[in-house]
Amino acid sequence: MMVPGVLPLRAEGLGFSAGGVEIIRGIDLTLRAGGPTMVIGPNGAGKSVLLRLLHGLLRPTAGRVAWALPEEVARKRQAMVFQRPVMLRRSVLANAEYPLKLAGLDPARAVAALERVGLSALAGRPARKLSGGEQQRLALARAWAMGPEVLFLDEPTASLDPAATRQVEAIVCAIAAQGTKVVMTTHDLGQARRLAEEVVLVVAGRVNTAGRAPDFFERPPSGEAAAFLRGDLLW
Amino acid sequence: MPALPGAGMQDLGTAFSLALGLILSGDDGLARIVGLSLRVSLTAVAIAALVGLPLGALLAVARFPGRQALVVALNALMGLPPVVAGLLIYLALSRSGPFGALGLLFTPTAMVIAQALLIAPILAALSRQVLEAMWDEYAEQLRSFGAGVWRAVPTLLWDGRFMLLTVLLAGFGRASAEVGAVMVVGGNIEGFTRVMTTAIALETSKGDLPLALALGVVLMAIVLGVNALAQGLRELAARRGA
Repeated sequence: MMVPGVLPLRAEGLGFSAGGVEIIRGIDLTLRAGGPTMVIGPNGAGKSVLLRLLHGLLRPTAGRVAWALPEEVARKRQAMVFQRPVMLRRSVLANAEYPLKLAGLDPARAVAALERVGLSALAGRPARKLSGGEQQRLALARAWAMGPEVLFLDEPTASLDPAATRQVEAIVCAIAAQGTKVVMTTHDLGQARRLAEEVVLVVAGRVNTAGRAPDFFERPPSGEAAAFLRGDLLW
Repeated sequence: MPALPGAGMQDLGTAFSLALGLILSGDDGLARIVGLSLRVSLTAVAIAALVGLPLGALLAVARFPGRQALVVALNALMGLPPVVAGLLIYLALSRSGPFGALGLLFTPTAMVIAQALLIAPILAALSRQVLEAMWDEYAEQLRSFGAGVWRAVPTLLWDGRFMLLTVLLAGFGRASAEVGAVMVVGGNIEGFTRVMTTAIALETSKGDLPLALALGVVLMAIVLGVNALAQGLRELAARRGA
């Protein structure tokens, strides 16, 4: 990339506590440009909190998150899609246009983004009347239209049926193929295998292992990783 | 001839038919009173909305010291007795009051001000409730988009438009039905500041039941119409997923 990028993203001694409970502790992690990083681990391990800390929605109570560029620049070059898509009470097109207008970008990019996720025909419909899968595709189009360098996805298919999951995964692959760094949580091992170039295993608020996907799946680098791959409960 | 307590059902029946006659014939005096009522209350709602809705949205979104106290105060002011609102505006506008020089006391403008004061807290408190629920849902996503408080407020006002219309209708219902505030600051001057509620109070005490009943029927029709409209809006909003 000619323009200096926001990556690598470094988490240094990252910790987060709420109400006296430590949810994330001592996380050191470096995310570089490249293929999708899948953050996996059992429910309640702190995957979603880690993602929110990296995206800046939560303020760390220990350590820090550092981008390669100043934070205010980095903020504008990242987007996030949530498990339950937040649909504004507007049309599909107006939803896709909203963040573009907010950022002073050309709202016409929304049209192309809807085209790419196959929602052009529904552009005029109220977004909240779409099916769950369609809503998640709209959320992806909305993020994609911004042309982010980094896209955080928090369990984007957790409440979707297999057909909708397949469509969402295809879109995630297309976004990654265009050079956006995808950082995604999932508790679905099959999904992690399908999408991951890199795997981060989070167990009990800590990064247990982080590394290239083929190595992780073929030679699990830790006892917890092996147990998780076997389907054992980790706590 | 004043109607005496215990006047027969026949008198009441006569009064009713006279009242319907007044309504159906489009009686001038009746039309003038109804027209002024609508003009005063609609203007008051418009002015109160300009202050109340953005304030409600701001309270839904922003976290600042004193916010909780402001919310409690607004909720308390929802129950402000109309005569007290009238009294406050009376004191402000009376000849010796701070705005006495404007000569607004006993004018429709004074009535608008009093009703606006009465319903602005209602609009603010109700819109705060409605928009805070919406903000719970939107907050993370809007922060992810990089929207600060000043972008979030107009976003909530627009996205809550259907629910806020029902809030406005509630405010209009309250304004058009109140009698205390407009009586105190308007003075119930015939042909100038007489509105439906003050006319009903006066005509009833004078014993002119047909006019009082005719006005009562119109007022009831307006209140029912407003509620039907609010219900229709809620259904439209549900169909649009709002």
